[in-house]
This record gives sequence, C-alpha cells and structure tokens, in this order.
Amino acid sequence: MLKHTPLNATHRELGAKMVDFGGWDMPINYGSQIEEHHQVRRGCGLFDVSHMLPLDIKGANVRAFLRRLVANNVDKLQVSGKALYSCMLNENGGVIDDLIIYFMDENWFRLVVNAGTAEKDLAWMEKMNADWGMGLTLTPRRDLAMIAIQGPDATQALNEALPGVDQITANLKPFNAAAMGEMFIARTGYTGEDGFEVMVLAKSAPFFWKALMEAGGKPIGLGARDTLRLEAGMNLYGQDMDETTSPLESGLAWTVDLKTERDFVGRAALEKSEVTKQLVGLVLLDKGVLRSHQIVHTKNGDGEITSGTFSPTMQQSIALARIPLGIAPGEDVEVEIRDKKLKAKVVKYPFVRNGKVLI
Amino acid sequence: MSIPADLKYTPSHEWVRVEADGTLTIGITHHAQDLLGDMVFIENPAAGRTLAKGEECAVVESVKAASDVYAPVAGEVIAANNEVEASPEAVNKDAYSAWMFKMKPANPGDVAGLLDAAAYQKLVESEAH
Repeated sequence: MLKHTPLNATHRELGAKMVDFGGWDMPINYGSQIEEHHQVRRGCGLFDVSHMLPLDIKGANVRAFLRRLVANNVDKLQVSGKALYSCMLNENGGVIDDLIIYFMDENWFRLVVNAGTAEKDLAWMEKMNADWGMGLTLTPRRDLAMIAIQGPDATQALNEALPGVDQITANLKPFNAAAMGEMFIARTGYTGEDGFEVMVLAKSAPFFWKALMEAGGKPIGLGARDTLRLEAGMNLYGQDMDETTSPLESGLAWTVDLKTERDFVGRAALEKSEVTKQLVGLVLLDKGVLRSHQIVHTKNGDGEITSGTFSPTMQQSIALARIPLGIAPGEDVEVEIRDKKLKAKVVKYPFVRNGKVLI
Repeated sequence: MSIPADLKYTPSHEWVRVEADGTLTIGITHHAQDLLGDMVFIENPAAGRTLAKGEECAVVESVKAASDVYAPVAGEVIAANNEVEASPEAVNKDAYSAWMFKMKPANPGDVAGLLDAAAYQKLVESEAH
C-alpha cells in the first residue's frame, strides 16, 4: 500500500501522472516535465514535498545533541529561524542522510529529513539520544504538509495566496525561516531559484495549494524537481552519496566542519580516510544523455556518473560524476554510453542559478 | 488516443506500417511515448544495416529514461529519419507520424506475426492493471 500525502487527491484532480516514489504515491509530472522545468526557471512552480519528514527535537540539550550528531556545526545557528544544511554520518564517515536543521530556540530545533531515509534516521537519532543520555523528545510531524513555492515569481504568488505573509517575505533572507501562526515559512528550496518551503497543517494543504495556483503557481512534478536540482548542482541522497560514500568525496566538504575541535559521529573516520575522488560536473559534448552509473574514463583512472540528465535550460546533457582527483575543470573525459565512448567536459557546478546558465 | 487500425504492433511498443511496396515504416507507439515522457534524444540504425527479429537497433531517450527500440522482423534498414533525430519532441506530438526508420523485411510473410490494433489495445490495457 503506497503512502499518500495530504495533497494526493489534489494531484489526481489535476491529472498528474502518479508513480511509486520510494513507497509514496507521488506526481512525476502533470503533462510535460520540460514545460514544468521552464515554469520554475521563468515563473513560479509548486511542489508537494510532504513525503519529506519534519522532525521536532525538544529538550534542554538539543544543541549539545546536534553538535555530536551531525557533521556541520550547529553553533553557526544563533538567530532564531536560521537554517543549516548538514550530513548525518555513521561511525565510518558514510552519509546516513543529508538534512536541514532550523534553530527555533535553545529548547527546540526542527529538522527536515529525506522521505526514503526517515525511519532509519529517526531510529538512529533515538538510539543516540538514549546512548548519550540526552533525554530529548523527538516528534515526527506527519501532521504537517510541505509545499515548495519556487521561481522568480514565488514571493509574489505566496504574498497573494496568504494575506499578511508579505510582512515575513519582505525581510526573510535565504536559508532562514519564520513561523506565522501554525505555519512555518522557510526561504529554502531545491531548484536554484528564489523561493519558499512552507509547512502547513495537513488539513489546510489542499486549500493553500489551490490559493497558490490562483496566484499563478503551476504544479510541478518530481521529474522536473530532479532536473532543476541537478542544474542547480545539488546532491541527491541515495544517488550522489549514501552510507558507503564519504561527504569529502561527494562535493560536500563545505558542509563538514573540521575546523573546530567539536567531536561528532564519523569525524575520526573522516580524518583517517584518504580522499582519492572528487565530485565534478560534466557537460556532454557529443549527442546523447548522461545517466547515473555510466563509466567515466579519465587520464587518472575510471569514475562513475552519480546523477545525469538532459538539461532543459542548457539543451544538452549534464551530470555529476565521482572521478579520481587531479582532473580539473576544462579537461575532457570519455563516458561509456552503450557501445560508444562519448566526449564530455569537466566543469565546476552549479550549472544554472537564478535562471542563468553559469557554464 | 486511439490506436490506428491500419498499423501493426509489437509487444515492445513499436508500430509498423506495411507500405504498398512491401517495405516497413517503424516508430514507437503513443503509449510508449506517454510512458517515457518528453523525448530529448533519438538514435536510429544506419541504412544498410541488417537486423535480426527483436534486435536492439535504435534508442529513444526522454528526460526520464532511455529505452531500446527493437526490430519488429528480420530485414535490412533502408532509411532512417534524420528529422526525428533532430527534433525528438515530434514523437511526443504525434507518435504515428514521427517514423524512425524503414526496413525491407527478409521474409514478407513475417509481418503476419505482428499484433493488430485490437491485440495491441488489449496488451496496453493489461499493462495498465
């Protein structure tokens, strides 16, 4: 039995093509994935991301708990509403999940974790909570729906759909959140565009979604969500990194705080490990489409594509690939696609931000 | 969209039109393009290539996935549609006019083994359940 978000009936009314997405019945598109992609780059798109899990952690020791639990440093969070992107590592330095942490107050942090890893994450956190004697309360918030409103017109659509929110959106900086009654409004996203991720009570979600559509937002499926995040150079858990890969070989060194003395799960393993690979961007120069698991031949040995697609903005195929160190942006590599070796160029990602091609 | 009655079909979702001169024109069905979504890359077999029945001979790729296209019968490729390679989205717009390649069957009788529209309709319906 597939799990349903509070917006399931709404997607069906809109004629969405539904797929089994890690056990969730989710919209892959509502028509054309490419048109949906462009809608987010040029206007405003709406995503149902209620399959992801908001998780409230409350108690006197939340900050101390998160200092040990995750690889990034929650001490960067000092202003209420500020958000931090981090990996949660296992003892081997592998990535259990990537997540966003919002600091609300010293007794309350809110995390948002991936759908497919939610149960594993929760079990891990409960175990650490018990092992370290933290005495915290972890509350999964399945009573909340989450809608992402993304694109250059996102602010306008949200302001129109939700009277009074303009007081918040006018001052809300990227990677910050604010509460408005029962709602939680974060200036975050997974598209490389300006926008918001808004948590609302599940029962209010269909009405809110319709108000956003009346304000010009168009529904966007998970298909376009993937091409948008890949153009934006954002990692996808399970593809670009997982429990067997190091964040230092997954383009996530910037999220791992090794500068402070703080001890966190996985740190010792990371410091002992030898980094031999890097995550790079690829642009296919020949015709075809890069896909995950294709082999990349470089002068320093072989690597592998972790995520690949056709970029609707660039009108050519792009990818993230894990390849040996010592291959610099601008160098050419070969990708094995079926029986051919096609030429690709190594580039620094992101590929696209705020509607503009950066390559 | 209805399944054209004048075409033949394969279980792997190719359509085949038997021309007056006995040659075959081949593409992928509306149902196939609907499953794949927005097309972004098509690679046809080269003219002159000899194909066995069921041989992987072309590739269609959407944003979402790559899919092989199989030879409906044994024979020789006599033409490939360069236009559809240049504009893969034509397959999304009208799958039955966006042909991919033409074949001369090794044995003209082989086309009798392909599905008719009614049988293909049944196959599509059974896959939906």
